[in-house]
Amino acid sequence: MPQTPFTALTAAGVPLDSANVDTDQVIPARFLKYPRSDTSWTFLFHDLRLRPDGSENPDFILSNEPYKSKGRILVADRNFGCGSSRESAVYALQDWGFRAVIAPSFGDIFFNNSFKNGFLPIRLRTEVCNALRQDLHDAPGAEIAIDVEAQTVTGPDGVAHSFELDDFRKYCLTRGLDDIDFTLEQTRKIDAFERDNRPSWLGHNA
Amino acid sequence: MASPRTLFDKIWQNHLVATQEDGTCLIYIDLHLVHEVTSPQAFEGLRAAGRGLRRPDKTLAVADHNVPTINRTGRIENDESRIQIETLEKNVKDFGVPYYGIDDIRQGIVHIIGPEQGLTQPGMTVVCGDSHTATHGAFGGLAFGIGTSEVEHVMATQTLIQRPAKNMRVTVNGKPPLGTTAKDFILAIIGKVGTAGGTGHVIEFAGEAIRDLSMEGRMTVCNMAIEAGARAGMVAPDETTYEYLKGRPHAPKGAAWEAALTYWKTLPSDDGAAYDKEIVLDAAEIIPFVTWGTSPQDALPITGVVPDPASISDEGVRAAVERSIEYMDLKAGQKLTDIKVDIVFVGSCTNGRIEDIRAAAAVAKGRKVADGVRALIVPGSGLVKEPAEQEGLDQILLDAGFEWREPGCSMCLAMNDDKLRPGERSASTSNRNFEGRQGPGGRTHLVSPAMAAAAAITGHLADVRDFLT
Repeated sequence: MPQTPFTALTAAGVPLDSANVDTDQVIPARFLKYPRSDTSWTFLFHDLRLRPDGSENPDFILSNEPYKSKGRILVADRNFGCGSSRESAVYALQDWGFRAVIAPSFGDIFFNNSFKNGFLPIRLRTEVCNALRQDLHDAPGAEIAIDVEAQTVTGPDGVAHSFELDDFRKYCLTRGLDDIDFTLEQTRKIDAFERDNRPSWLGHNA
Repeated sequence: MASPRTLFDKIWQNHLVATQEDGTCLIYIDLHLVHEVTSPQAFEGLRAAGRGLRRPDKTLAVADHNVPTINRTGRIENDESRIQIETLEKNVKDFGVPYYGIDDIRQGIVHIIGPEQGLTQPGMTVVCGDSHTATHGAFGGLAFGIGTSEVEHVMATQTLIQRPAKNMRVTVNGKPPLGTTAKDFILAIIGKVGTAGGTGHVIEFAGEAIRDLSMEGRMTVCNMAIEAGARAGMVAPDETTYEYLKGRPHAPKGAAWEAALTYWKTLPSDDGAAYDKEIVLDAAEIIPFVTWGTSPQDALPITGVVPDPASISDEGVRAAVERSIEYMDLKAGQKLTDIKVDIVFVGSCTNGRIEDIRAAAAVAKGRKVADGVRALIVPGSGLVKEPAEQEGLDQILLDAGFEWREPGCSMCLAMNDDKLRPGERSASTSNRNFEGRQGPGGRTHLVSPAMAAAAAITGHLADVRDFLT
């Protein structure tokens, strides 16, 4: 569905130090039974953020101010969002208030799912991510600036870092476009492909 | 002469509908599998936009993640689970999608039933809103998991917007020793390449040890490609593939079979095809594996010990190992065979096929589940359960003290009532040992079905080779 266009954002960052944070950690499977709603934000990092008795775990970064209220950009470690394909991982981050996540690398499916929701995953070098997280620990609430058009991330130290972004993804992101509409404009090509390129014996589940 | 191409290159090029200037491609999808957890919002999106589902005849839906594995005749107790299944039932009716209901013998885990019905075929593109869609690559197709937005995109257009992956080849040469199975291969591979080793790549599994695997074994290997970071795993089709497919309900018949076979034989990677990344293992060196930690890459031979963080120089890795050891309540240097288990789970899209049940039963036969251990066998589908019962495997397992359940995803991800309680420890044939995966606070050790049965009998992680003489 159409998204809010994402062109630029300056907001507080939240450092998340663990590597290989899988989407089961972002949102445990038992919450996938619920439709997305006004309370979906409570599922984010549920079992890391909360103790079994439901109280906040102060050892988890998002339990602490100013990260908890102000954080809009997550800065993670390598292979963030690996594992399950659940798009709810993106929903939960968004519903909490995050708009972007910066990490050295991502799980492929999570990376893809992010763009479909106007949520921006940014790959930066490991050293840059480490330094950003350190800055955010040293100065809680410090801001990071993302410029989508220029493809730069500027850290609290004022240093700008370039990131890669496919033209098509950038086009959709900055305009908030629904890519189903885009593909449906090519229906004639799909019709032709089905007519000319698919052998008649191939997999019909009728 | 055209340059040599990989299996992946060929399938990709055969499915290209359009290519944009920046290299973004529109690829055609031959089979879309749908389950109850990742589809509701996609169907809702179609409704909201007034769009139809383009090709119901290339779509199959089933409820698997939430379904109970006992007492299936009554109403499902858990409201959210029941509503999610009822929602799928309404959606498939509204959009005319073929559906196997909970009382249909063909019902089961989505990645078990596609191959079982002959819907999964070589050279196809197969997608599903589930990361273990990689399973279907065992037939020599391109199969990968997608998110719910992409599920909606496929429903509306029968295509996906994608960029081509890189090629990676993992070769397992030689013959494995006694007791080593497909699950041990893939755990050894993930242990070697790491959980992000395949990111951005499609992994083609090759070599004598892979060729020698049954289709069931190949599916186990491909299933966990995502645990090595790769969206898809694949094995080139061969006689084993064709033998499995022939005569299945949706496999081509007669002249169509011959035409299909001619095409399928063109698919294997050309000699000299280039791979961006290559890994080679020797099957003879792979003994039964288990995981000790909270990532599938935390895999070791069963003869090993829990790693000592003090011996790890990389600060980040050391911290991760320390955290895993604490979560798993283990001690550095502890022998893996000294780790006691509370629950044993045999099932899932990784190891819920007939061959897996047979392997567990072979170890369990004439033995008893250890005191204090609960052991569940959850067949992957009704069409796994039925022949298992005809072979008497259910009785062997019941006599040994195992529970014999109805098909579904069950304890792999704890969306139904089958789950670990906080602090409980399992030996599980599933695919993920993430924190809380099998229930909040639960601890998971990934193993093969034979190793799971050995753990059930001894009450601790055990070397299945002690049972095979």
